[in-house]
Amino acid sequence: MAKEKEKTVLITKDGTRHDGRKKEDIREIKFEVGVLDRADGSCLINWGRNKILAAVYGPRELHPKHMQMPDKALIRCEYRMATFSVPERKRPAPNRREREISKILGEALKPAVFDYLYPRSVIDVFIEVIQADGGSRCAAVCAASLAIADAGVPMKDLVAGCAAGILDGQVVLDLDDVEDKEGDGDLPFAYLPHTEEVVLLQSDGIFSQKEYKEALDMLIPASKKIYQMQRDALTNRYSRITEKVIETLDKEKTPAKSKEKKTEPAKKDSKKKADDKKDKEPAAEKAEKKKSGKRILGKKKTSPKEKAEKK
Amino acid sequence: MPVLIKDRSMVTPGETIAEGEYMLGSNVFRKEKQIISQVIGLVTIKDNHISVVSLKGKYFPRVGDLVIGKVTDVSLSSWIVDIESPYPGIIRTSSSLDRRFDPVKDDTRKIFDVGDIVVSKIFSFDRTRDPQLTLRNDNRSQSGPYLGKLTGGRVIKVSPSKIPRLIGRRGSMISTIKQYTNCRMIVGQNGCVWFKGNNFEDEFLVLQAIEKIDREAHTSGLTDRVKEFLEEMVKDRKPPTKTPKEEKPAEKKPAGEKKA
Repeated sequence: MAKEKEKTVLITKDGTRHDGRKKEDIREIKFEVGVLDRADGSCLINWGRNKILAAVYGPRELHPKHMQMPDKALIRCEYRMATFSVPERKRPAPNRREREISKILGEALKPAVFDYLYPRSVIDVFIEVIQADGGSRCAAVCAASLAIADAGVPMKDLVAGCAAGILDGQVVLDLDDVEDKEGDGDLPFAYLPHTEEVVLLQSDGIFSQKEYKEALDMLIPASKKIYQMQRDALTNRYSRITEKVIETLDKEKTPAKSKEKKTEPAKKDSKKKADDKKDKEPAAEKAEKKKSGKRILGKKKTSPKEKAEKK
Repeated sequence: MPVLIKDRSMVTPGETIAEGEYMLGSNVFRKEKQIISQVIGLVTIKDNHISVVSLKGKYFPRVGDLVIGKVTDVSLSSWIVDIESPYPGIIRTSSSLDRRFDPVKDDTRKIFDVGDIVVSKIFSFDRTRDPQLTLRNDNRSQSGPYLGKLTGGRVIKVSPSKIPRLIGRRGSMISTIKQYTNCRMIVGQNGCVWFKGNNFEDEFLVLQAIEKIDREAHTSGLTDRVKEFLEEMVKDRKPPTKTPKEEKPAEKKPAGEKKA
């Protein structure tokens, strides 16, 4: 073991880590919101080599009934790792670690959600780790909070998190799997950037007061950076919608008297859109429409195909 | 009292909209002096009243809403209805039927059974109790919307936030669709839309129109465009509707073909 440890240089004296990052560098993060059709809200996060999928269902009816709370909604969080998510096959039954993370993630999300708005119901959060590479609980909490926002559940703030650790006496940000296993400490952290509340803080290894402070000083700006990415990902999903809504509201705001003036540009707009629509529709479909004049049945058969084509 | 966000722009949960003395509308909360959004949505600022229109979310029951749901359970004197909200709706015989109902002699299953689609009105709901539905209109002498079982037809689900768009201003959108397709339509505030036409084609047309509205709910001049769309679709298949002069044969004909 000692020999192996010597082989992997976790961090050089000038502060370069084994994968080339500096002390306060985080891995590349990419969020994708709304990836699942059947879930009320969902989010896929790619954080370095981590791939984590979060799905939110609800608020919905809670069974068993004795778990219902008369004054607030229950946030039921389940963190699971796929058997193929780690190099050595993970046994499929939930183990101690998964149960622990499920619990702490649920507790981290709870302060962010206005749970009193939906009494007696449940908000189910399912987190599936497809590929794990260290810091998965922080990535999971980021993804889960986005999924909840995507489901339209009222929230105080998004939850952003990151981990810090100690490598050879140096405090670094965002440990990957190797660093986590061979380093001297791990400090997962999540907080609500707007209200500046810490919702998740665990510690593995020994941090001196100085190191702990140093870690926190790195974690807070990093979390804010991640928070910005989360917001961008969320707005990106809906950005097209927004532009259109703004158009609509503009029109509704103008009083009815000026309708005559307004109709002309509106017609142009609608024509344009109609043209666009025509372009999108395959010519074959038009031909079918004509044919359908003769045969009702023929049209009926093609209709599902048309639908598929549009999609 | 600065407003930090422009009117009608998008906000994410936790984003500060304004600071100072403002009236709080829906989906916003106050933290000290800051007005913060709760959801992802669009800001609406009117005078000093700030609210956010949510882009997504489940239906939250409101007293007086017309809802369409599916019967999921039947008991001796009530039915449980799934109305696509976090809470199940309950219809009691005592508050719904116009005649006497004796649980010993009468059978609730003969009125509604599991799986039936029912249109009803919410007449009571609060945080502590599940929504109570009724099949009676408020004013029994005056005719309100039809309430009760829906036989045949189809139900599709639309996001509840898009329902106002589907109805249109003073029901303009819905009457347009009805006019062009000869279909009966009922729109529930909970996002369920029921429609029934004379033949498959008409129903398919309604479906297409609703999907179009669902997709483009945020665009302007939508009623006009839906009208245009329906006109074009109806024009293309006018010949078959002309040959059978009355509507009823038109209804039977495709049914016959279906069997053949």
